[in-house]
Amino acid sequence: MKEEIIIAGFGGQGVLSMGKILAYSGLMEDKEVTWMPSYGPEQRGGTANVTVILSDERISSPVLNAFDIAVILNQPSLEKFESKVKPGGILIYDGYGIHHPPTRTDINIYRINAMEAAIEMNNIKALNMIVLGGLLKLKPMVSLENVLKGLKKSLPERHHHLIPINEQAILKGMEIIKKA
Amino acid sequence: MDINEIIKPENLVYTKPRLMNDNPMHYCPGCSHGVVHKLIAEVIEEMGIEEDTIGIAPVGCAVFAYNYLDIDWIEAAHGRAPAIATAVKRLNPKKMVFTYQGDGDLAAIGTAETIHACNRGENIVIIFINNGIYGMTGGQMAPTTLEGMVTSTCPYGRNVALNGYPLRIAELVERVDGTCYITRQSVHTPASIRKAKKAIRLAFENAMAGKGTSLVEVVSTCNSGWKMTPVNANKWMEENMFAKYPMGDLKNV
Amino acid sequence: MKEDIKLMKGNEAIAHAAIRYGADGYFGYPITPQSEVMETLMEEMPWETTGMVVLQAESEVAAINMVYGGASCGKAVMTSSSSPGVSLKQEGISYLAGAELPCLIVNVMRGGPGLGTIQPSQADYFQATKGGGHGDYHLITLAPASVQEMADFVALGFDLAFKYRNPAIILADGIIGQMMEKVVLPPFRKRRTEEKIRAQNPWATLGKPKGRKRNVITSLELDPAIMEQNNIRFQATYKRISENEIRFEEINCENADYLIVAFGSMSRICQKTIELAAEEGLKIGLLRPITLWPFPSEAIANHANHVKGILSAELNAGQMVEDVRLAVNGKVKVEHFGRLGGIVPTPDEVLNALKEKLM
Repeated sequence: MKEEIIIAGFGGQGVLSMGKILAYSGLMEDKEVTWMPSYGPEQRGGTANVTVILSDERISSPVLNAFDIAVILNQPSLEKFESKVKPGGILIYDGYGIHHPPTRTDINIYRINAMEAAIEMNNIKALNMIVLGGLLKLKPMVSLENVLKGLKKSLPERHHHLIPINEQAILKGMEIIKKA
Repeated sequence: MDINEIIKPENLVYTKPRLMNDNPMHYCPGCSHGVVHKLIAEVIEEMGIEEDTIGIAPVGCAVFAYNYLDIDWIEAAHGRAPAIATAVKRLNPKKMVFTYQGDGDLAAIGTAETIHACNRGENIVIIFINNGIYGMTGGQMAPTTLEGMVTSTCPYGRNVALNGYPLRIAELVERVDGTCYITRQSVHTPASIRKAKKAIRLAFENAMAGKGTSLVEVVSTCNSGWKMTPVNANKWMEENMFAKYPMGDLKNV
Repeated sequence: MKEDIKLMKGNEAIAHAAIRYGADGYFGYPITPQSEVMETLMEEMPWETTGMVVLQAESEVAAINMVYGGASCGKAVMTSSSSPGVSLKQEGISYLAGAELPCLIVNVMRGGPGLGTIQPSQADYFQATKGGGHGDYHLITLAPASVQEMADFVALGFDLAFKYRNPAIILADGIIGQMMEKVVLPPFRKRRTEEKIRAQNPWATLGKPKGRKRNVITSLELDPAIMEQNNIRFQATYKRISENEIRFEEINCENADYLIVAFGSMSRICQKTIELAAEEGLKIGLLRPITLWPFPSEAIANHANHVKGILSAELNAGQMVEDVRLAVNGKVKVEHFGRLGGIVPTPDEVLNALKEKLM
């Protein structure tokens, strides 16, 4: 098993931490993992992206020309990464920030109205967990149990009381993702 | 009376400190460095800390300080002695660590290291020899060169419009919270030498007691660089240097 | 899952490995993309546990001179920085080499010259392997290609530095520093006591006991006859290091038709390149120098006998390629491929370059 994933959006949407939780979950399942962020000023408000690779074998390049899965949370990222999805691969996008939806026909495109759901849940910060839920519904590459373990590992102890809310968000995402 | 009569132990009135070895000094006759070296050796000896003292030598005339005092030494890059002393003291908190630096080393290229070591309140002693000139490289202008004073790089005298003002380091680090003892001394008379020794002793005691940074500025002559006889240099220092760099304690807490 | 398997950034791994090695001191100054090294150390507070000193210096210049002071006392001390900061440290590094002091320096490279960019680069290859500061000297240069190696090379770097009384440098880049991977942290080692340091490093300036001559740590010697002897001694050390400490990794080199030479993060990208090539039926091998100095010249020269061409792939305008060409000595065509200024190529870009330049 090997999944090469790009997650991209605006800084502050929780792109890097979503990747981190995915990576930690992979670690819990004894997989090889690489988490490679874009770093620098773009983290502070501009676009941010992170490459996450989960694999049963040693991972070679953290820098990739094509991805199995792209998770896209804003328009500039869609423009940058739509063409980088491998034929037959998956593209998930949040409807909220996307005015010109993806057009490729050789990949599987899913839409998740995560921002809407997050607002409904009165918790905009849950956005990334809703998206993660959607991703895991399509590709159960790690178990929910290990995601929660991963959350525990990646969150500082003072935030552990937020884990149940995050679990709800993941379940919500699993519910609302749909083929575009 | 023959020589053997004269050198009988009961006739001994003065001896050089045991920590000063017999290596011939490279300092010019009349230079203040030798006196200050001797005072440091005496203080270390009297405090009984020679096995636990590490000196940091500068770049400048005192670069070879390590040849004369029989303790462990580290020779620093130009200006960096306070940074080196910081690490030595932090890694060996029970040791006595001091730097020995001239005005070019401490007040020009090493200003940042000096101020920040003082500001962190490192438990070290900084011995600062201020003779207003670069001695080792042949008499160029120092940050402490007096206004109008002639050096090889201000041959018409220091012009503040061109070169800025003489920098008063003691006054600068006196304002810094990490320092506990800032004093200005000289070694040009027997009385001033005795006072300077007391100051060095207090500074060393402060460092061992963990009170913060002590800086002992010794306003000195460079008769070669100043192109004067040693006696005239002392006189010139009293008349000119002391006006800009007045003697005494600036801070003692 | 074993307790000591963690997921962390390369920069964080350096910090944890230093504490566990029993390092005595870290002195640094913040600069992207390596600030997590000092941040992690400050968060871990090793002074409360192992007694390791961690200090934020006023500049990179001060930090490297703190390293010089600590190393003079025989302590295991280190600093880390990124390219512009490492340039500032060059004076101190030259003094460390000239005074024959062991220490560990980490450079998480970013693009230059000047203030450049904060994105990954390998443009400090010359600086690290050819000296960097003034005078005839070399640093033992280790090039990690994974977070695991960031952790492992702390101990390796310190051990080699002390073995040869010579500074060692870990030459990483923004990718290795910033990415997170699984890492098995080394076991905790005790810091050496002063007695042990005095016994193992009799040159250390820890205070002069009665009966031994004073120790003087200096790089200064005004008598050229003695200074020449000092330099001859340094060169003898470099020769011993070159004879004993060359490290490299080979992947699919044996029957390869073409060879890629790449180090650090670029070698990871090129691993994928040779996977892509294999899918097309091309036999391309990868030789990854782990020590950049000393350089695995002989291994590369051996492959020059059976491959049709060699590509030196680097995140720079062509630096290591000079050492590859020296090693190959004209036996086979050697080309360089690189991206500049913080741009990182994708694996297929390297493959296309290889085809274009060598086939």
